Amino acid sequence: MSAASAAPRPARPRRRRRLDASLIVGIALVAVIVIGAVLLATIGRNFFSAGNIRDILTGMSVLGFVAIGQTLVILCASLDLSVPYVVSLSSLIAADIMAGNPANIPMAVLVVLVVAALIGLANGLIVSKLKVNGFIATLGTGLIIKGYLDTNYQGTSGSVPWDFQLIGATGVGPIPVSTLLMLFVALLAALFLARTRTGHRIYAVGGDEQVARLSGIRTARPVIVAHVLCSISAALAGLLLASRLGVGSPTVGTQGGYDLLSIAAVVLGGTLLMGGRGSIWGTIGGVAIFAVVDNVMSVLQVNPFLKDVVRGVVIVAAVAVYTSRQVDRRRPRFGPRGSVSQATDAPGGSDSTGTGRPGETSSDREEVRA
Amino acid sequence: MSDQTNPGASGATGTATAEPVLVASGLEKSFFGVTVLRGVGLELRAGEVHGLVGENGAGKSTFMKILAGVYERDAGTVRLGGADVDFHHPVEAAQAGLATVFQEFNLLPERSVAENVFLGREPRKGGFVDRKGMVRRTRELLDELGIDFIDADAPVRSLTVAEQQIVEIVKGLSTDARVIQMDEPTAALADHEVELLYSIIRRLQERGVAILYVSHRLREIFDLCDTITVLKDGALVSTDPAADLDTDELVRRMVGRPIEAYYPDAEPGTELGEPRLELRGAGNDYVDAVDLEVRAGEIVGIAGLQGSGRTELVEAVFGVAPFTRGSMRLDGREVRVTGARQAVRAGLALITEDRKAQGLALNQSIADNALLVIRSVFSRRTGAVRRELPGVLTSLEVASQGVDQEVQYLSGGNQQKVVLAKWLATKPRVVLLDEPTRGIDVGAKVAVYRLMRRLAKEGVAILMISSELPEVIGMSDRILVMHDGRASAELPARSDEATILAAATGTLRVGGTDVADLGGAS
Repeated sequence: MSAASAAPRPARPRRRRRLDASLIVGIALVAVIVIGAVLLATIGRNFFSAGNIRDILTGMSVLGFVAIGQTLVILCASLDLSVPYVVSLSSLIAADIMAGNPANIPMAVLVVLVVAALIGLANGLIVSKLKVNGFIATLGTGLIIKGYLDTNYQGTSGSVPWDFQLIGATGVGPIPVSTLLMLFVALLAALFLARTRTGHRIYAVGGDEQVARLSGIRTARPVIVAHVLCSISAALAGLLLASRLGVGSPTVGTQGGYDLLSIAAVVLGGTLLMGGRGSIWGTIGGVAIFAVVDNVMSVLQVNPFLKDVVRGVVIVAAVAVYTSRQVDRRRPRFGPRGSVSQATDAPGGSDSTGTGRPGETSSDREEVRA
Repeated sequence: MSDQTNPGASGATGTATAEPVLVASGLEKSFFGVTVLRGVGLELRAGEVHGLVGENGAGKSTFMKILAGVYERDAGTVRLGGADVDFHHPVEAAQAGLATVFQEFNLLPERSVAENVFLGREPRKGGFVDRKGMVRRTRELLDELGIDFIDADAPVRSLTVAEQQIVEIVKGLSTDARVIQMDEPTAALADHEVELLYSIIRRLQERGVAILYVSHRLREIFDLCDTITVLKDGALVSTDPAADLDTDELVRRMVGRPIEAYYPDAEPGTELGEPRLELRGAGNDYVDAVDLEVRAGEIVGIAGLQGSGRTELVEAVFGVAPFTRGSMRLDGREVRVTGARQAVRAGLALITEDRKAQGLALNQSIADNALLVIRSVFSRRTGAVRRELPGVLTSLEVASQGVDQEVQYLSGGNQQKVVLAKWLATKPRVVLLDEPTRGIDVGAKVAVYRLMRRLAKEGVAILMISSELPEVIGMSDRILVMHDGRASAELPARSDEATILAAATGTLRVGGTDVADLGGAS
């Protein structure tokens, strides 16, 4: 009898996938570009000129690096507020070690990456082993680095040789090398998430630590790896800034506001702030939206305070859109005026509930009720 | 990966005559000086479904968790396939061929079915996760169970509870389990979904898998199990072939005394009064054209499949997702309830289906929980209710260490009683109960039933949703059956299961064969 009742269940049609978050980001990006292009056209400027495209892409690269790392950390339900200080520290270490001599470049890059990795390791250990909330843990390590910077540096320091400055200054056509590097790192991060066990476990730990643990996952490891990679990507941003400035600066990170902006870009890209869902490409989309909005407002010579207002509105609106999409888990079964209550139900009227139960047509129901 | 080499798979006779796959003996366990398991043992054979029953607190879950490696045992031995084993983690047990489907799902809603099945042991190819292979293998496992309606690529969030349950089972199978333990696998399922689980269990049985099955639903135990072991107060009462037992005998062994009136009759002096709750053509986005009347002193049962709009109906009455069409009257007065606060003031109480998520603040005390609604809506009465609280808890037979104990340490049945105490304090005139006895033991169930009868006698109108048909039939003065968002039938008290099921599945019209099939299956 069990077989009889199980057998006639029809093959369920492939469920309609919910609109992918990164797709929405893409649509929003296109919309922002169209609006921006129209606005610039009204003052006789071409949004798509090579120079303007280069400006936008240049604007993306530094925040892009930081946001890639931030995505990994947020996916495992942590947060990194120490990134602006890591950015500043990296620029200083790089410029000091290089000291204007191209021969020192490899050593400088290596030291910067190792120092960043150690900071990330500390963050990861504090979050996963000492169970300190990521917000607080990285606020603490950030302040420690800030104290070190404030004590030891009064202003810019070191000198970056021309060879290294080229990274921030050259491009392939209208595309800056720095943006290409950033996109390459994004590709690596996306592959890491999709194709490595650690990547999968970052999602698992962020989604539900208890479930991850009961599935035999050592839950500390993905968190530590994510924090190390986050600090390293912030260090890459610091190296890029040093290359652009030609010197190291103790305030370049905080001036950029990379802590909150990177978090905003990640959330704008559809990643859940509580972890477990999201993607690198969504984040890149979020970064691009910020870059386009900034660019359009700069060209229009909008008051800089209004810029922040617009950024704020974009962030809040984006999250409100995602949240509203999460609420409609239950799809309405009946329209505003109920189902058609006339004698003859129109076929395919209001009864498509998507549950695909057998023998479920509107006429069936009428007969039951009769 | 040991594949198909285990003895169970080859001897797929379905009869339980082979050597035992698993032998547990003399298992003991105590927590903080309290002994919860004293010398319990049992044997599982290939192809056998072994029922494990007992009241909450009898030690069933502890027993399973020791086998699964969640808890360390204090004493005793476990032999799996002839070798002594001592697992320290559920994953270790699963890899050795002993999988457990826990009551709480261990799934990540945002990840796909395949990613969940292979969580923590993702297959790799050339150093990278083999996503295609993962999906392919998951499909094969689903096919083996005859499941063709779950997409291995779909996110788990998009699945029904029953489908998620199947994913849990597939997870167990993916490690080539010879023994699968299931803790209350049907607690969240509606009757037709239970049938699906039955067919899966029978398939596993044919493949020679031994199944340890824990359930509070005795009908399932008799439907499925070859052997039944009864635990009481952490000790073994008996192990017998199911054929030698009947429900009354089983209940007697579980509680140590016969429950003469499992579903108590109406208390003498209960009278049907004026209609307290009336719905006329009421509807919103989720339910439509509902006509319903519940009178003072009346218990109306709502039957229907999961997703048929039962919960949505009571939520609409309570103003969670208010009615947008038709009329609703309380005590003859037309009302428009648009929020929970207003509902409470109007004399409504809603005991929700998911008490842990919606009914209780688990890390707060019994008193804080019981006073929650009173404090926020009728704050002036807080003091009086607080003084009465110990008496109320005693009358509900809540077993606790006092009103300051955190509710997370109570058993499911006692937690539910705290939820009831919380709502009784508001002196409701209409009580809406959504699955009031889900996952609680027999003793607590009877306490809930008695309470319902007592409230009815006091003139309260009661609307009760239940997925357990015997409960609907045993308690209701009238039965409303929901199907696809509408009331498909209103049936008198003591209607038979076949009629209710037919109305619930929308096959009432067929009459002959379909109804007979459904009836026979239940």
